[in-house]
Amino acid sequence: MKISLNWLSDYVDIEGVEPAELAEKITRSGIEVDAVDNRSEGLKNIVVGHVLECSQHPQADKLNICRVDVGEEEPSQIICGAPNVAAGQKVVVARPGARLPGGVKIKKAKLRGEESHGMICSLQELGFDGKVVPKAYASGIYVLPEDARPGEDALGLLGLDDTVLELDLTPNRSDALSMLGAAYEAAAILSKDVNLPETAHEESAEPASGLLNLRVDAAEANPLYAAKVVRNVKVGESPEWLKARLMAAGVRPLNNIVDITNYVLMEYGQPLHAFDYDRLGTGEIVVRHAAEGEVIETLDGTERKLEPHHLLITNGREPVAIAGVMGGANSEVHDGTTTVVIEAAYFSPASVRKTSRELGLRSDASTRFEKGVDPNRVIEAGERAAALMADLAGGEVLSGTVLFDELDKEPKRVTVSPDFINERLGMKIPFEEMEEILRRLQFPYEAVNGQFVIDAPTRRVDISIPEDIVEEIARLYGYDEIPATLPVTESLPGGLTPYQDKRRTVRRYLEGAGLYQAITYSLTSESESQKFALETAPVTRLLMPMSEERSTLRQSLLPHLLDAVTYNTARQTSSVALYEVGSVFLGEGEDGLPTEVEHAAGAVTGEWSAAGWQGGQKRVDFFAVKGIVEGLATELGLSDKLSFRKGEMDGLHPGRTADVLLDGERVGIIAQLHPSEQKARDLKDTVVFELNLQRLLREETEPLLYTPVPKFPSISRDIALVVPKAVQAAALESTIRTNAGSILKDVHVFDVYEGDRMEEGMKSIAFSLTYLDPERTLTDEEVSEMHNRIVAALESEGAQIRN
Amino acid sequence: MEQQLQQLKDEALQAIASAADVKSLNDVRVKYLGKKGPITDLLKGMGKLPAEERPKMGALVNEVRGEVTAELESRMAVLEEEAVAKKLDAESIDVTLPGTPVRTGNHHPLTRIIEEIEDFFISMGYEVAEGPEVEKDYYNFEALNLPKGHPARDMQDSFYITEDILLRTHTSPVQARTMEAKQGKPFKIICPGKVYRRDNDDATHSHQFTQIEGLVVGENIRMSDLKGTLDRFAKKMFGEDREIRLRPSYFPFTEPSVEMDISCFKCGGSGCNVCKKTGWIEILGAGMVHPNVLRMGGYDPDVHSGFAFGMGPERIAMLKYGIEDIRHFYTDDLRFIGQFRRTEG
Repeated sequence: MKISLNWLSDYVDIEGVEPAELAEKITRSGIEVDAVDNRSEGLKNIVVGHVLECSQHPQADKLNICRVDVGEEEPSQIICGAPNVAAGQKVVVARPGARLPGGVKIKKAKLRGEESHGMICSLQELGFDGKVVPKAYASGIYVLPEDARPGEDALGLLGLDDTVLELDLTPNRSDALSMLGAAYEAAAILSKDVNLPETAHEESAEPASGLLNLRVDAAEANPLYAAKVVRNVKVGESPEWLKARLMAAGVRPLNNIVDITNYVLMEYGQPLHAFDYDRLGTGEIVVRHAAEGEVIETLDGTERKLEPHHLLITNGREPVAIAGVMGGANSEVHDGTTTVVIEAAYFSPASVRKTSRELGLRSDASTRFEKGVDPNRVIEAGERAAALMADLAGGEVLSGTVLFDELDKEPKRVTVSPDFINERLGMKIPFEEMEEILRRLQFPYEAVNGQFVIDAPTRRVDISIPEDIVEEIARLYGYDEIPATLPVTESLPGGLTPYQDKRRTVRRYLEGAGLYQAITYSLTSESESQKFALETAPVTRLLMPMSEERSTLRQSLLPHLLDAVTYNTARQTSSVALYEVGSVFLGEGEDGLPTEVEHAAGAVTGEWSAAGWQGGQKRVDFFAVKGIVEGLATELGLSDKLSFRKGEMDGLHPGRTADVLLDGERVGIIAQLHPSEQKARDLKDTVVFELNLQRLLREETEPLLYTPVPKFPSISRDIALVVPKAVQAAALESTIRTNAGSILKDVHVFDVYEGDRMEEGMKSIAFSLTYLDPERTLTDEEVSEMHNRIVAALESEGAQIRN
Repeated sequence: MEQQLQQLKDEALQAIASAADVKSLNDVRVKYLGKKGPITDLLKGMGKLPAEERPKMGALVNEVRGEVTAELESRMAVLEEEAVAKKLDAESIDVTLPGTPVRTGNHHPLTRIIEEIEDFFISMGYEVAEGPEVEKDYYNFEALNLPKGHPARDMQDSFYITEDILLRTHTSPVQARTMEAKQGKPFKIICPGKVYRRDNDDATHSHQFTQIEGLVVGENIRMSDLKGTLDRFAKKMFGEDREIRLRPSYFPFTEPSVEMDISCFKCGGSGCNVCKKTGWIEILGAGMVHPNVLRMGGYDPDVHSGFAFGMGPERIAMLKYGIEDIRHFYTDDLRFIGQFRRTEG
């Protein structure tokens, strides 16, 4: 909402308050002022000119040479390119030395050999938004009324000697969607009175009801409908002051009748509509819901198909307006209109809101109706419009109002005690100060048994419960006055849950292992949503996606993570290591919501360790990433429960994919991307993992207990085996472990060879075994005996011992 | 013999002096002092001397041997020191060459901000509460005093899955769920998480972003408690000399509602481009829990009261680190994420 301070000062005395100071006060007490626009800032030397002569420039088709009286002894010669300039006009002249918005300076100039002493201005050149400039002047200079005096300062005539405050209103403060609402707010802040607009006017003897019948068939959606009839109006341009105020409020002037309804809309926050009585044709207004498939052409020239719950204004035969949203083209006021019907109504917020949403039509009217207009100002606003039409369009107002009124206009009663207010705020505001604030707000109240019994004004639809009064008192008393304390409650233990704590451990571990944390979008395309998923379930799709790319919730973190890897490699970061912890969304649980499962995933490509000046470069491979996953399991105390087996999944390398098992249950994958997938994403060898993190973090682990540090030495022995390539290390290790006694403490692979020196189809694999008895020193003999048993077992399974 | 001894001594000392390294000095030792050396020979030859001369000569030989030995040892020490110095010199390296890099990653900046906020409130006795990202309309709106058709629903256009299920538009549903779960007991929680709104992604909008909200419910929780809590928070997060101010605002789930500004941490309040010349920066929204919200959560507003606050980690990160485009948070460019590694303060 744009508030012209010139206009505001009609209703409340703001003299002596600097605009910036007023803006600050309004902001601090409840309504944010977004901008303070001093409209004459940077403008000077802009005067009224009288175009005495106007002839075509001999050297240029599109230029005119004008002789303009600017109040000096001699007329000035000004070259003007506007198509609508003509002799006899009063115009706005920027004289040499003038300043225009944007720091534009006007100097004497020569245009095609002819001198120009200044510029004749359009409204846009003076800083008006093109959207509010009257259509007649939209592509040319602005023409002032005939009575403007040459040499007079033009800024005042154009309403530019003004400051406009732009209010950023929260949805509850729809009362301030009007000049009067803003005036009540300013009056409360400044402790002033509010002067209401003049609504008195003469009425002719003839009653409006003689010309107009009214029937409302939808009292719930339209509990109040008031119509005034004004005859013999002369449609024309509005006076300068009215046009200036509308433009300051962001409304484009059209003609005096429409301008008056818009003016009252801005003044009262009460939308009005003016019908051409003759075009209405029937002398009747019937308010009813639309019939199935009924159609109306609205003022903007668009044909709109209606639903049965849309409320219509009709002439008894056909629709003439969509109630509270937009008028119809068929009953619009035009230059030849002589009799006007002014509609002032209360349409139910829910009805207007629904209609406006469904039709995609938002107007100044609908935004106010859908928040709820002041029930006690509907009729008054209609009277105000009638008074202005009599005054500014020469209209004859017929007596009385054609009225349907079933609207509840009672104020809401709120009872609240001063103690409650102070307790909620943690303050000690004296009773008298609270009373003073209620008076400033013009909230009628009575103090009964130490309680305030307040009749909240109907203009303030947001006031209905004691807490609302707490806020009103606090905001006008000043939030700066509230002390800073801390809650006095029983002491509660704070902290992370074990799950949350472990999740932080996972993040830190993965970062320590060289991965950077990524956060990607949960929404993806339906076709990508199940790619790489550990577990698939019916997908969760948006009802109305904004695009197919963001239509479905993901079931794997990998597709977006890989997108991020590609993003990086495409920007010269060839080595990328990312991980993400986030939810995937599976199927539908008992409560109707998808099951959200927290996963951790990673994607690594490029160099694993960089080539420094000492060499030592190593590229990412499957085992680098497997090591990270194994380390994570160790970190979580799950390494004994974790195992791996060959796995497979679309998009992954068939020979380089492992399922990660927790106690035999599949909880993740580690894999190199399939070469075709890498190619499609323009990636070099890329290894990924994805784990059901929730499953891992919820797995209970044994309490951590210390094992005594061994007092006796351990003995190590190596075994090198030659086996067919297909034999898995895990199988050999399992044979070793099952045949070893309790003194075998550790087994690990320390060498694998598959090169030329091996027989075709065979590989060499070497294990290092460590034996230890915590109670005594082992003898060579007993270790050899154990070792030989293991060797024999391996041989019996077909392994050759290599020496 | 005395003369012979003297000559021997001179020769030995000469040889010691001219030995250039440990090895040749050892050769000198062997040559003069070894078992087959001339001094040993002289001692061996003592038997041939008359008995009265033996003690004198014995003393003399021992004296010479002692002198040569001492000289040899001191020379040895010098040479050994030289040898060590030479070896160390040969081993010297260019210490300005770079060290072997330790490969580590780091937190995403949003996690960094969220953990910092969590940790502050944990220290004040808050629990961290989380909830589903796909929510029921009831928890996302209705339980928060936003019934169907409420005009404030316009503020946050949503991604619906069905008529009653949507991607949560704020983390507030966690508050509603927590109130249900706590069954009338007092509590303090902080709720971080991802949220979703129907926005086109641009420099200042993202259809997915994060929020962190706090809620305190108990008996006699006052607005001054909210102010005190936020004041401590602002000082912890943005510096001890920050001031806060509250401005009235509107949220359907709180009444009164406020927005909190902090004095600009860049200019200190004198006005700069960060605070748009106002000296103040808007950080978060807050308020006293609306009685309808308490009631729906199973708390009696005549007995219990509470405060709530909510903020956007993206905004805080953008302000704190001077980030100009919200899309950076979701592009995962390592040149961006990698900058949020080091400690501050």
